[in-house]
Amino acid sequence: MGVKRWLDAWPVFRQLTGTDPLGRGKAAQSARSAGLGSRTESADRVAGSVCPYCAVGCAQRVFVKDEKVVQIEGDPASPISRGRLCPKGSASKQLVTGPQREQRVLYRPPYGTAWQELDLDTAMDMVADRVLDARRKGWQDTDEDGKVLRRTMGLASLGGATLDNEENYLIKKLFTALGALQIENQARI
Amino acid sequence: MGSNMAEAHPVGFQWVMEAKARGAKVFHIDPRFTRTSAHADQHVTIRAGTDIAFLGGVINHILTHDLDFREYVTAYTNAPYLLSERYQDTEDLDGLFSGYDPYTAAYDASSWSYASVPMEEQPGRLLKEVSAPYQHGAGGPFIEGAAGGIESDPTLEHPRCVFQVLKRHFSRYTPEMVERICGVPQELFQEVCRAWTENSGRERTTALVYSVGWTQHSVGAQFIRAGSIVQLLLGNIGRPGGGIFALRGHASIQGSTDVPTLFNLLPGYLPMPDVTHEDLTTYLDGVRGRGQKGFWGAADAYMVSLLKEYWGDAATAENDYCFDYLPRINGDHGTYRTVMDMVDGGKVFGYFLLGQNPAVGSAHGRLQRLGMANLDWLVVRDLAMIESATFWKDAPEIETGEIVTERCRTEVFFFPAASHVEKAGTFTQTQRMLQWRDKAVEPSGDQRSELWFFHQLGVRLKERLAGSADERDRPLLDLAWDYETEGDEPSPSDVLRHINGIDLRTGRTVDGYLDLKADGSTVCGCWIYSGVYANETNQSRRRTSRFETGPYDAEWGWTWPLNRRVLYNRASADPQGRPWSERKKLVWWDAEAGEWTGRDTPDFEKHKPPDYKAPAGASGIEALDGDDAFIMMRDGKGWLFAPAGLADGPLPTHYEPHESPMRNLLYGQQGNPVRKVYGRPDNPSNPAPPEAHSEVFPYVFTAARLTEHHTAGAMSRQLPYLAELQPELFVEVSPELAAERGLRHLDWAHVVTSRTAVDARVVVTDRMAPLRVDGRVVHQVWMPYHWGPTGLTKGDVVNDLIGVVADPNVFIQESKVLTCDVRPGRRPRGPALLEYVADYRRRAGITTETGTRIATAGGHIERAHIEPDRPEEPS
Amino acid sequence: MTQDNSFYGPLSDPAGNAGHTDHPPRVGFFTDTSVCIGCKACEVACKEWNAIPEDGIDLLGMSFDNTGMLGASSWRHVAFVEQQRPLGRQDAGLADLPVGPSSTQETAEVVADALEVAKRGGGDLGTAPVDLGFPSFDLPGAGTGAEARTEFRWLMSSDVCKHCTHAGCLDVCPTGALFRTEFGTVVVQPDICNGCGYCVSGCPYGVIDRRPDDGRAWKCTMCYDRLRDGMEPACAKACPTDSIQYGPLDELRERADRRLAQLHEAGVTEAQLYGRDPDDGVGGDGAFFLLLDDPEVYGFPPDPVVPTRDLMSMWKHAGVAASALLAASAAVFLGGARR
Repeated sequence: MGVKRWLDAWPVFRQLTGTDPLGRGKAAQSARSAGLGSRTESADRVAGSVCPYCAVGCAQRVFVKDEKVVQIEGDPASPISRGRLCPKGSASKQLVTGPQREQRVLYRPPYGTAWQELDLDTAMDMVADRVLDARRKGWQDTDEDGKVLRRTMGLASLGGATLDNEENYLIKKLFTALGALQIENQARI
Repeated sequence: MGSNMAEAHPVGFQWVMEAKARGAKVFHIDPRFTRTSAHADQHVTIRAGTDIAFLGGVINHILTHDLDFREYVTAYTNAPYLLSERYQDTEDLDGLFSGYDPYTAAYDASSWSYASVPMEEQPGRLLKEVSAPYQHGAGGPFIEGAAGGIESDPTLEHPRCVFQVLKRHFSRYTPEMVERICGVPQELFQEVCRAWTENSGRERTTALVYSVGWTQHSVGAQFIRAGSIVQLLLGNIGRPGGGIFALRGHASIQGSTDVPTLFNLLPGYLPMPDVTHEDLTTYLDGVRGRGQKGFWGAADAYMVSLLKEYWGDAATAENDYCFDYLPRINGDHGTYRTVMDMVDGGKVFGYFLLGQNPAVGSAHGRLQRLGMANLDWLVVRDLAMIESATFWKDAPEIETGEIVTERCRTEVFFFPAASHVEKAGTFTQTQRMLQWRDKAVEPSGDQRSELWFFHQLGVRLKERLAGSADERDRPLLDLAWDYETEGDEPSPSDVLRHINGIDLRTGRTVDGYLDLKADGSTVCGCWIYSGVYANETNQSRRRTSRFETGPYDAEWGWTWPLNRRVLYNRASADPQGRPWSERKKLVWWDAEAGEWTGRDTPDFEKHKPPDYKAPAGASGIEALDGDDAFIMMRDGKGWLFAPAGLADGPLPTHYEPHESPMRNLLYGQQGNPVRKVYGRPDNPSNPAPPEAHSEVFPYVFTAARLTEHHTAGAMSRQLPYLAELQPELFVEVSPELAAERGLRHLDWAHVVTSRTAVDARVVVTDRMAPLRVDGRVVHQVWMPYHWGPTGLTKGDVVNDLIGVVADPNVFIQESKVLTCDVRPGRRPRGPALLEYVADYRRRAGITTETGTRIATAGGHIERAHIEPDRPEEPS
Repeated sequence: MTQDNSFYGPLSDPAGNAGHTDHPPRVGFFTDTSVCIGCKACEVACKEWNAIPEDGIDLLGMSFDNTGMLGASSWRHVAFVEQQRPLGRQDAGLADLPVGPSSTQETAEVVADALEVAKRGGGDLGTAPVDLGFPSFDLPGAGTGAEARTEFRWLMSSDVCKHCTHAGCLDVCPTGALFRTEFGTVVVQPDICNGCGYCVSGCPYGVIDRRPDDGRAWKCTMCYDRLRDGMEPACAKACPTDSIQYGPLDELRERADRRLAQLHEAGVTEAQLYGRDPDDGVGGDGAFFLLLDDPEVYGFPPDPVVPTRDLMSMWKHAGVAASALLAASAAVFLGGARR
């Protein structure tokens, strides 16, 4: 660093030579401060999204830099929310990037006392086997009067109020094809 | 009413503040003074669970003082229709309607019909078991011959016309009675009546907002009916600034009802078939009926298109479009029934939890956890670890010894889920608007979307069953499961296209449900969503800025049906098609152009003139007259009186909550005579009059959300920024109750019911006030319910206090009102807790039968409804 | 016309006075507490944007306020005040209910006792501001406790750094860590701050504070980084009801005057502006408020005065001391550069 630049960087020097004799403004601004800008401006891209908490449906803008979410805030263009978010919506970045997010499939065997890690593919196969087993065990062809039931009471599902319509559609479709009826969500709670 | 909008829907509340700034008056009627009340012009403290008494009082006020919007009522509601001579009212039967069978605790609703269109008598037991309203989806029940003209009295004076029946039904809901039941001083009540009626009519409209404060009751559906009656009488439905707003609590809870993950529904409110539906025709007859008016008339097109979407080429006209592939319901298969079946064992073996935490978030948490501990396997998919995945090691029952980790057999799979920014798709918000989210980033590790998970599961199941000759496997093998893919998961856009509907002849998306056919030439996953992908364009992804569009913002997202904002908006014009007033114009008939037009998409056939009279013998859409504004109803009218379709009566009636400190002052019938009780040792009820010992649980309890947390807490208790804002479970009590029970601010107290006791820090606040109810002082207690044993902030599970008793129409539990005791200090720990609560039950004389003798009219207390509920036929 | 004074009294152009030429107009916050719904979105949005650590998961029992006060890691703070008086023509519906005396006084005492032992991030390091009463303590309008309560209102208000025209924190900062930006706001620069803490006692509002872990002083920057990109601060952006309004200070003052008149007309005679007046002890605030009661009810000092009010006369009499201050700041800067 040359002497002049070193001196320029020294607030007292700037203060004595610049427009800020009291050294409380321009002269005191650090290089970091002078270079500050918002991380939303420097984001690589922004995705249009919707808040995942309540049902008001506030529009969010998700800012992404280096494939990481760096900020989530309201979209002022929305006729519903006008860019505003409540504390939960404002905490969305923490919701999606926080350390509470689980990364791995975990498995607790019968009578087990601790979680074990399990390969995703293996876990999917295990679940598929168990679905068929439960379906078979709970199968009902007819009721006591001989009327067709064609269903299984052996498996049930709860959830969907925070899922996408497309997801709920496939869930209902698959379970219905399996003959499973007890497919429920928060709407009845 | 029944909504704490500022706290539960803060960003939506900006519009209330906006309305207030423009001069609107805001009334908040709620058991406690909340952040919503803080901005209301008038707060009204009400005893929890007495809303029908209050609203009935408003109805009585309107009718007594002739304050209804008479032209609207005569033209658009069923007020003029005459009822059957067999109909008997609660005024005649001490709180029961005609057709009640105390043995089955169910109604035969046949006597509630219109005079000219008698209905078949139906045994009550079937209705009770099958839940009649659910059999009809959202279309409501039939009015046989409704399209053929219904006997009526346009002067509204005939003693058997709906208007006069309504008047008589609510005639004793006087201001004095409202005060005695609800604890609302008469002057205050009349102020609400004045404001509501003065702000309704031709020039003005009033909006009504409710949330789960209305639905989570044993009479919940009738709370909403009561609100609807007020709004219909005042002409506030289908008009700008009016309406009834159900504020829903989850990002896509509306969507998960429209595209249901519910046992009784298929997409678009088509009912799930039951055992009586032998083939597609009998099923369709049950949906559209013969001689019915309205858009359910095209149910064949909706249903066939759905079956074609499910089973593709395998679904043909010859095989009834695979209608036989559908499983049949024959009773209550709701979530609480299922959980009890888990506890009982041998019925339910596997359970999926998809972004839901019933160990904390469902009523009677202990029952939930004991059920989960008795499964073969459990799959939990969530963003973070939740109590429902870890019950085997940290449930409260571990402490009491009811669950022992080493002896708990349930195999648990935890799958990390992709978050809302890691997948694309639509949420449907509370005003029926679908909004598309783009994927911002890829999920990491094993995180996957539900779309991926269920698609993969389907692929693997199909592989395993490939070549099976078992007929029961055909539905899965034939299932159309070949959506376009993006990476390794189905394309959500393609799924949405199929939900929208595709014309198989052109391969292009249809423009709306009017394009759907019953001949197998169209596929459509959800008819009410038809149009969301019109013109091969994802309409839900539209984000035209509000700065560039008009007040109805028609190019932001897409609202079902057909991008319409106000349902039944034909009613915003008078019978002749003219706006009721310039100030309140929304849609109207343009005679020159020969079409309906206006600011919103008209909710009426575009070219049907206001004076149109349907020809004799017409049915369905054709049968709608030009002034039948309520186009989904069987008779084209708004129902003041529900001639069929509700399990618990054609008119809302004040019943005390299942657990109440007092006797019903209006009738001998204490509670909802048709409510679903589950009399089981593990589901005890606190006694309510006329049963003895209700004084053991002297206080009214209600629970709700805080702004700073979300439901069962998985999305908030784990986040430092939210946890620090509401860091601990607390119980709010009034200064008066604090004095009575020796509770001190910030000290510990515990709340006790016959189910359990939970600890909480005491918050003594003037926001809670006691009420004077029929001459005695009633205290109410409030708790937020977000806490559980894990997370950055931990606490007892408030839902453990709540037992399971349900509304008979929709099987939603009564969790907004119960009774309790409150004591200073912490609750006992471990097994001592069980003994402590057992002692309360002993003192209150509680048995399995407590609360299950639900028929109490006429001074008779009928049989208990306990499980197994297989009543022998009376001899 | 009043002579602009760099240390006290009205100052029309603080940014220009601080050496910024061709600077944008002075911006600020107008917080209209009459529409605050107490949702605390501002607190969270602030923390998310500025990556501020969580600072205490403990129940304070101050109504719904569990933040307690502004601090090194709470740059927005929503106060909740429960009171026995009506809000304008609002009716809490208490008439004819079987109510007894209010509990406000009693709960306030319990909270005060509890706060003494509460662990709050930064609170130990900071200096308790002299006049900063917690909300609802000894409030005007609080019930005397004897009679039945008849009125009630629940006030909410989001507090923030005032970005004073004459900022005590800035004026006493020996290192140049605090500076006046081109927007007229006051920002502490973490790359300069050495944690000396002079600013903490220099603030008449008790806003700025040091963080226990790194010792440096932190406070609201009015999202300086966002402002530089033409964006509004995160709290104002999130606020669901526009209680927090951001913009050029002149416009905000006009808007506040109109809102005040509107409320007075609507019968909310108790409405008053706080920090709007350029003649007050800090030369007017860059962040000012519409309150529905006296400032101390919300925890604001009723008559804040910048501690450097008398600095000019001090300078005249103590030039030696001033030179010493300059030398000290140079030493601190060099010391900081070596770290």
